[in-house]
Amino acid sequence: MVVKDIICIFFMLAGFFFFTTATLGLLRLPDFFTRLHATGKGDTLAVFLSLIGLAVYHGFSLTSAKIVFIAVFMFLAQPTATHAISRAAFRCGVQPWTMPKGGKK
Amino acid sequence: MIDFFLILCVGMCVLVLLCLYRATYGPDVLNRAAGISAIGTKTLIILLLMGAIYDRVEMFVDISMVYALLNFIGTVVLAKYLERTGDVSW
Repeated sequence: MVVKDIICIFFMLAGFFFFTTATLGLLRLPDFFTRLHATGKGDTLAVFLSLIGLAVYHGFSLTSAKIVFIAVFMFLAQPTATHAISRAAFRCGVQPWTMPKGGKK
Repeated sequence: MIDFFLILCVGMCVLVLLCLYRATYGPDVLNRAAGISAIGTKTLIILLLMGAIYDRVEMFVDISMVYALLNFIGTVVLAKYLERTGDVSW
């Protein structure tokens, strides 16, 4: 067990934690915009952390450079895709969820 | 280290199955699109983990890059199409 393995395990576990929270949000939240709010931010951070962990594991090489490229690309593309699909939903007239009158649902 | 990657792969597959619920029974097409986008993101990480397990990562990293591009393009194209037709109730 060398130092880079420990760094890799730390980053991968952090990424897996954020993947789990994003999936729970996608399953449990009440409407489309809140679900997209969970996956849009959670998945972006989780992909970034997991790819950084894998890049550390593979050392200093061309493969590692490609993995870092994927990480930067996902960090730009994932919010763009989330914005595009939520704008489509808003322009199609999907109403955002609000708390019903009288407190609890 | 291989064992750690295998356990992580299995956990990731469980998360993909949970997302598949939203992609199948989502009330309308937008929820299905969100679920499929989340599945694609997780598949990218699973591919790289498989590359690390089989010790052939220089092949799997290219597949993973193409998967990231296709996932992004598919979501944006679907969003543009839905915005133009204006019907999201199917």
